[in-house]
Amino acid sequence: MSGRTLFDKVWAAHEVVAETSDTPAVLYIDLHLIHEVTSPQAFSLLQSLGLPVRRPERTLATMDHSTPTTTEQVFGNVPIKVDAAAKQVRQLERNAAEFGVELFGMRDSRRGIVHVISPELGCTQPGMTIVCGDSHTSTHGAFGALAFGIGTTEVGHVLATQSLLQRKPKSFAVNVNGKLNPGVTAKDLILSIIGRIGVSGGTGYVFEYRGSTIRGLSMDERMTVCNMSIEAGARAGMIAPDDTTFDYLKDTPRAPKGRDWDAALARWRNLNSDLDAKFDAAVDIDATEIEPMITYGTNPGMAVPIGGAIPDTSGDAGFDKALRYMGFHNGEGMLGKPVNVVFIGSCTNGRLEDLQAAARILKGRKVAPGVHLLIVPGSQQIKLKAEASGLGEIFRAAGADWRESGCSMCLGMNGDTVGAGQYSISTSNRNFEGRQGVGARTLLVSPLTAAASAVTGKITDPRELM
Amino acid sequence: MQSIKRFRSKTVVIAASNVDTDQIIPARFLTTTTKEGLGEQLFADWRYRSDGAPNADFILNRPAARGADILVAGRNFGCGSSREHAPWALLDYGFRAVVSTEIADIFRGNSLKNGLLPIVVDEPTSQWLLQHPGAEVDIDLQAMCLTLPTGRAVSFPIEAFARHCLLNGIDELGYLRSKLPCIERHEAALSGASVK
Repeated sequence: MSGRTLFDKVWAAHEVVAETSDTPAVLYIDLHLIHEVTSPQAFSLLQSLGLPVRRPERTLATMDHSTPTTTEQVFGNVPIKVDAAAKQVRQLERNAAEFGVELFGMRDSRRGIVHVISPELGCTQPGMTIVCGDSHTSTHGAFGALAFGIGTTEVGHVLATQSLLQRKPKSFAVNVNGKLNPGVTAKDLILSIIGRIGVSGGTGYVFEYRGSTIRGLSMDERMTVCNMSIEAGARAGMIAPDDTTFDYLKDTPRAPKGRDWDAALARWRNLNSDLDAKFDAAVDIDATEIEPMITYGTNPGMAVPIGGAIPDTSGDAGFDKALRYMGFHNGEGMLGKPVNVVFIGSCTNGRLEDLQAAARILKGRKVAPGVHLLIVPGSQQIKLKAEASGLGEIFRAAGADWRESGCSMCLGMNGDTVGAGQYSISTSNRNFEGRQGVGARTLLVSPLTAAASAVTGKITDPRELM
Repeated sequence: MQSIKRFRSKTVVIAASNVDTDQIIPARFLTTTTKEGLGEQLFADWRYRSDGAPNADFILNRPAARGADILVAGRNFGCGSSREHAPWALLDYGFRAVVSTEIADIFRGNSLKNGLLPIVVDEPTSQWLLQHPGAEVDIDLQAMCLTLPTGRAVSFPIEAFARHCLLNGIDELGYLRSKLPCIERHEAALSGASVK
């Protein structure tokens, strides 16, 4: 018998009922994250069946997707401008109170994007199963958890039973070795990986990111990588926990303490793939070859090195349609194209290290005239840390629009949108048509590239300003 | 849930590959707190012009699309976000099945739980369907078989338990709740350390 993968081990430890040809496995869920957009119909289901939330202590709720990010709307007396969003927020407040679920509400200093706050609180821990009605739940895999997005019906299943019916996915080793060059970030790495695997190449798989490059990444960087697993079609992406993981978790508010910490650490150290573990698929990536990346089309797989050109594949209907939407042409170079909006934030790149990277470029510089630079921290805690460490002052001095936390312009359902035809250089995760607003044209980049492009007003290689 | 066994309908074709859930239902419509009425907003940014008038060029606005319950789509349909609003919108509009060579994982699971059949077929079948919009297709869930008007029958895979539930109009939650004793035993064996 060959060895087991990290994924095999976490799966096996949570399999309440094994799968058969007729029935899926019953998989136990350790932590269920809830937000206002994908939970209302699930709570309604519980109400209609007269069921309680089975394990409120394993359920954590916050509001992030439809919440506004202007300080006046979050902390002032200005009501939420989008009526339906305000209704959704109130509904979550009511549901959390009725079902006894802990909620980090609008003005709570622990509020933020669900995938940012759970790790920073220490709720996300190695070896756990974690689900949320959001596809970027894969983020938590950075801690060696099996974490994936679910639909609202499944949110209802987890609320009612703390379990899910699941078929076991296949495993996929993403081996990354070598040192990333200066100016090349975790975002560039994951965009390269998606370009290599394709936007559906991971369908049916759980990724495990492995190799010396991954070992060398900080937790913030690992989260950026795991976050975008779903953009290659994989529901989950995992990284075996190590000292980097444990150091990050050690002093978080909800990590185990004292003797519990020692016991947890002993368990967590066994969470890795055996040397003879067999994966169903594998890809090898040389990190030394990766350049700062930028997307030019309407899915995250349509990416090129920033100094490169749009591939010349005219005749492919889907490709041509994407370029028409973007207003680009086959074979065109990316550098120097005009920029209207720059968005730094999201569950992909809204953590403190991302803001620090942006600040390195923005310090002592100004945003180019006519460019709107929106910087949205991933959580209120990050906002506080950014203010305390002087980043907030750097952003204000540069002329950035520095906001309260939330999903913001990543998906344009909270009042923060990009106008039709405008070019948005964005650190978020999806460049789908209309994602950031009707007719918006999104180009995905790292925080360094975003900040550099905000300063020059055109697509810029960040290494020129470093 | 109503049981689904077999049905026959003409198709409508959206040939693009990688149709993501933001196209199926844009995020700005996700502020709803119910499942109903989302069919109005299905493919909103393709279906309506900026002034709200229907875009006559879009297939769903053409007479040929009327009465078509089967959506034939390009590769990797339903990629992107986990929003169940996507199958809710497709069902509310009137679709009962989506046929493609590849269907994204989360969308596929969400569809099965709501009675929208995600049907994965081989490349030649997909090509034939993409090139023959409006074709009358028979879908037999019991036999896991899609039959083209040419008479060619193509089998499709579908997860066994989801199929059982759909054929019998059973909700999966009932089965999951029947496993609560096993879930309780699992919980009793946990280390007891608080998770939050």
